[in-house]
Amino acid sequence: MKERIIKRRKGFISIDLKELWVYRELFWFLAWRDILIRYKQAAIGIAWAVVQPLLTMVVFSVIFGGLAKLPSDGVPYPILTFTALLPWQFFANSMRASSQSLVGNSAIITKIYFPRIIIPTSAVISGVIDFAISFVILIGMMGWFRVMPTLNFLFLPLFIFLAFIAALGVGLWLSALNVEFRDVFYIVPFLIQAGQYFSPVAYSSSIIPAQWKFWYSLNPLVGVIDGFRWCILGAPAPDWNNLMVSTLAMVALFVSGLIYYKKMERTFADII
Amino acid sequence: MTHKKSAITIDDLGKRYLLGSGGGERYRALRDVIVNGITGLFKRDRSQQEQKEFWALRNVSLRVEEGKSFGVIGRNGAGKSTLLKLISQITEPTEGEIRLRGRVASLLEVGTGFHPELTGRENIFMNGSIMGMTNAEIKRKFDEIVDFAEIAKFLDTPVKRYSSGMYVRLAFAVAAHLETEILLIDEVLAVGDAKFQKKCLSKMENVSASGKTIMFVSHNMASVKNLCSKCIWLDSGRVKMIDDADKVIDSYLLAGEEMGAQKVWNDQDAPQNSWVKMRSVRLLNESEEPAANFKTSEPVLIELVFEVADDGNRIVTGYHMFRRGTFLFSASDQDHNEEKNIRYGKGVHKVVCVVPANLLNYGEHNLEFVIGVNNAQIKTGEVLSFRVFNDYPTEWLGEVRPKLEWRI
Ligand SMILES: Nc1ncnc2c1ncn2[C@@H]1O[C@H](COP(=O)(O)OP(=O)(O)OP(=O)(O)O)[C@@H](O)[C@H]1O
Ligand SMILES: [Mg+2]
Repeated sequence: MKERIIKRRKGFISIDLKELWVYRELFWFLAWRDILIRYKQAAIGIAWAVVQPLLTMVVFSVIFGGLAKLPSDGVPYPILTFTALLPWQFFANSMRASSQSLVGNSAIITKIYFPRIIIPTSAVISGVIDFAISFVILIGMMGWFRVMPTLNFLFLPLFIFLAFIAALGVGLWLSALNVEFRDVFYIVPFLIQAGQYFSPVAYSSSIIPAQWKFWYSLNPLVGVIDGFRWCILGAPAPDWNNLMVSTLAMVALFVSGLIYYKKMERTFADII
Repeated sequence: MTHKKSAITIDDLGKRYLLGSGGGERYRALRDVIVNGITGLFKRDRSQQEQKEFWALRNVSLRVEEGKSFGVIGRNGAGKSTLLKLISQITEPTEGEIRLRGRVASLLEVGTGFHPELTGRENIFMNGSIMGMTNAEIKRKFDEIVDFAEIAKFLDTPVKRYSSGMYVRLAFAVAAHLETEILLIDEVLAVGDAKFQKKCLSKMENVSASGKTIMFVSHNMASVKNLCSKCIWLDSGRVKMIDDADKVIDSYLLAGEEMGAQKVWNDQDAPQNSWVKMRSVRLLNESEEPAANFKTSEPVLIELVFEVADDGNRIVTGYHMFRRGTFLFSASDQDHNEEKNIRYGKGVHKVVCVVPANLLNYGEHNLEFVIGVNNAQIKTGEVLSFRVFNDYPTEWLGEVRPKLEWRI
């Protein structure tokens, strides 16, 4: 058997993919545990997963579509917002869950070794259930409003993947920050609130004036949500330049999150 | 040379902690960092760097042969748990290196990784998976684990409803049955009842006989002697001795370093003055048997026996309680009416103080006894040590965990 050497790691920290492969099942196990607990503790868990996006959709449709009469790119306003709520809620839930994930698992972190990156990642994965539930609702709504999916639908997995990366990037940052700075807990709800208005959730990004588009697209969620609308509703294709900006911002977020996380990871068990 | 390969090789290992970390009030506020500039994110706080550092472990080198059991002994705070944490990769060494041959399963605290809401069955899979087992491997061992833990009937009950005994049994069973080559066990058997402790020890003997390497931390010298062929004695993070277990344990006991659950003084070395002399102190459980391990739900009885030379002295007895080096409280039989403090006449007296159940938090506690006579005082220094274990699966923050009345 080969010997493993444990010592202080120096310099840039690489990711041990082989080790992650060994622990691959743990990603699902932790996510499964979170889901199990969520639905065990509250039978209303599932109901909430259904009601929350629906309620939000109704509010947005009434205020932005009905009262403010914002354009809806030719689809019913409820569908317009609900399509955006899909990735947005996933992102927001991930932010909530992952920011608390390390601290919430401090008991295992201080007593068992496993690749630490699994914890925030699983927190993001556990949001997939809510996402799936919302997705089913969306399909129902599309039937109801007679919105036919187009061939663009085939690109949806790509944008789901991007949503995942964006959520993970933020999750890595917040979870690691939360180990050292316990006031992150208070900052997250504020970030979510603000993020919702800086992303095209309640409105279509077509209302953003062209000269601001670049800055607006620095928000990674803009690319994701526009992509979702393009895939599902056949909305006008996102401007490729802006999509590029969004995606690059997302990659930057993810990579910097990874670096910060890996750097802080070494002392999690000592200070958590 | 054909000597056996070593499973664990440690070279000049050291771990440095910042004093005062691991507490609650030390967290920084992100708000301050944002105000002071983003560069602070990647640095530890300046004020923290100015904090005192200390070596929980230093210059430790050892070798454990494959299939052997290795004991780790030493006083509280000697660095035993730190050593296991380094080997199991939970925390990173500050210097030196560890070479391992094989996978490691560790049981550093009871119920590690158990989630109170999940059932026994779910927790077995969860726990195994955290230790790096695949689903298939856990399935293969599942029946054996359940069998050993004797929890078949409660497999589908959430573990929060388990008694602390069942809890340890399951935790131990999972760690001991997983297909790893190296097993690290830190002082967890103390919680279970005597019968189960025996069972665990004999299981560890089997495990060791079947070729697994074991590293075993314990304050129970008899079980270390029984199980381990070699042993290391740590003292304030340094190696005091590494040798055959028998030899190390004998020297350790001779050195009288181990603070125990009782202390009896002989005439000369007893703390004393011309009026009083301490005779003995000890800890008892609810059934008034000597004990060193308590559950949070159990009372701790503290007994002090002392001898008074004359009638008519104002005498007050008491003690100081420490938890992990923090002064928790002092207790005394003092009466505010000074006159009433004349109540111990000539002769030998025994007083017992009952620390109620559900007051102390988990962890190591030390006691120092004090007797005040007239205006003088005699003190024992920290002479007794005991450990409190969590009945409740999750850790409770704070130095004490009183059970209070809640009006809801
Ligand atoms: N995360 C941490 N931050 C700062 N100090 C720590 C940390 N963990 C442990 N220490 C300190 O390191 C020293 C060694 O602790 P360790 O837990 O290894 O002792 P031990 O030999 O296991 O003691 P015991 O017999 O009480 O279990 C102690 O002084 C302890 O307070
Ligand atoms: Mg210890």
